[in-house]
Amino acid sequence: MTVEQRKITITINGLRHSVTVEPRMLLSDMLRHELGLTGTHVGCEHGVCGACTILLDGRSARSCLTLAIQADGAEIETVEGQGTAEALGRVQQAFRDHHALQCGFCTPGFIMTITDILRNHALSGDDEIREALSGNICRCTGYEHIVAAVRELLREKDSRP
Amino acid sequence: MKPAVFDYVRAESVAHAAEVLAGAGGDGKVIAGGQSLMPMMNFRLVKPSVLVDINAIAGLDRVELVGSRIRVGALVRHFMTARDPLIAQRAPVVTAAMKHVAHLTVRNRGTFCGSVCHADPAAEMPMMTVMLDGEIHAVSTRGKRMIPINEFFAGSLVTSLEPDEVVTAIDLATMPPNMGFGFHEFARRHGDYALAAVAVLMRRENGRPRDVRIAVMGLGEMPSRIPTAETVIEGNELSDLTIARAVESLRAAVSPNTDLHASADYRRHLAGALAKRAIGDAWLRAREAEPA
Repeated sequence: MTVEQRKITITINGLRHSVTVEPRMLLSDMLRHELGLTGTHVGCEHGVCGACTILLDGRSARSCLTLAIQADGAEIETVEGQGTAEALGRVQQAFRDHHALQCGFCTPGFIMTITDILRNHALSGDDEIREALSGNICRCTGYEHIVAAVRELLREKDSRP
Repeated sequence: MKPAVFDYVRAESVAHAAEVLAGAGGDGKVIAGGQSLMPMMNFRLVKPSVLVDINAIAGLDRVELVGSRIRVGALVRHFMTARDPLIAQRAPVVTAAMKHVAHLTVRNRGTFCGSVCHADPAAEMPMMTVMLDGEIHAVSTRGKRMIPINEFFAGSLVTSLEPDEVVTAIDLATMPPNMGFGFHEFARRHGDYALAAVAVLMRRENGRPRDVRIAVMGLGEMPSRIPTAETVIEGNELSDLTIARAVESLRAAVSPNTDLHASADYRRHLAGALAKRAIGDAWLRAREAEPA
């Protein structure tokens, strides 16, 4: 069996990176350990909790269920691409405004899922918002505030000309 | 790095994928969405020596009408199935069942064919493939073959697919325009694996149900049709008594497991309640669709 290292090229938040990985390295581990992008959190590591959600070629994906080598040539977006402490991204600001942050562990995953929702899905009503968020778990149970943040973001999106 | 060591090949074509699998000595695995395979690899329940990634193969991401059947390619993801206009028009029961498949992020990656090959007894797309007389197209270096769905599932997570075969597409029967359907599922959290689900198809002819199909999932080792319950309804007046008799025969035919989520008795109870609703919905839709 060959246990070789492979060189891959990935664009993350607009920057190109060359990384050497073993085929079995998970994308979540590559982001955190090889590139120091620790904003992507790792919770359950089998696709239940949603903490590790990133965008892969524009759609949300579990980075703990994706191999880094599968993302060779792909465009990845992580929570680091959303904004900074001084200039929060729009989704981050909505979380802050609605007290949706709580302990913050699940937050990056929620932010990335919501970014996918805003870009790729037309939702109406709280039921659809809750369903769209149902793949992300918040152990602080801050759901009401998170739903309120999404509600505002969707309202804002709909009112845009 | 949670998975065990493996070699990784990004297949350039179906033939390439088949060659790599043939060389893997029965130990290769195909990855498309990986939403079921990767958790199993992370737990080291599955340790393939070679992982063949089919994501870069062109032409496998199409849904098309071939004759009177719908062909779903191996890279058609759940979100594509959910939005596909051909499926919504010709097999609306699949569109209805898709609403229960996992969560948004998993639907972005997971594939229809991958779900069927994974053969989880509580997954919706294997059940839909049983319901719509699916045929699985498999390719290996030995040639192509088509596996009818009634020869495909062999148990929980077990199929008759050979380890060197790659699935390229699954064909489904289309529903006649006057066919009504019902689909009801119960899960602890929306999108989680079902504790039980029932799907029903029927037409209405001279005031009576015809071509009745009833399928269940989460109630045995594999998704299955329930012919005894179908027979009770077929061609008979759909009275409360008929429905009650069909529900009884369905409850008698299923063999659910007890696990930490639910007891067998509770699952059997759910099966009856869900069947009643699904039969009602199918009849209502069949009445609306009956030609004047």
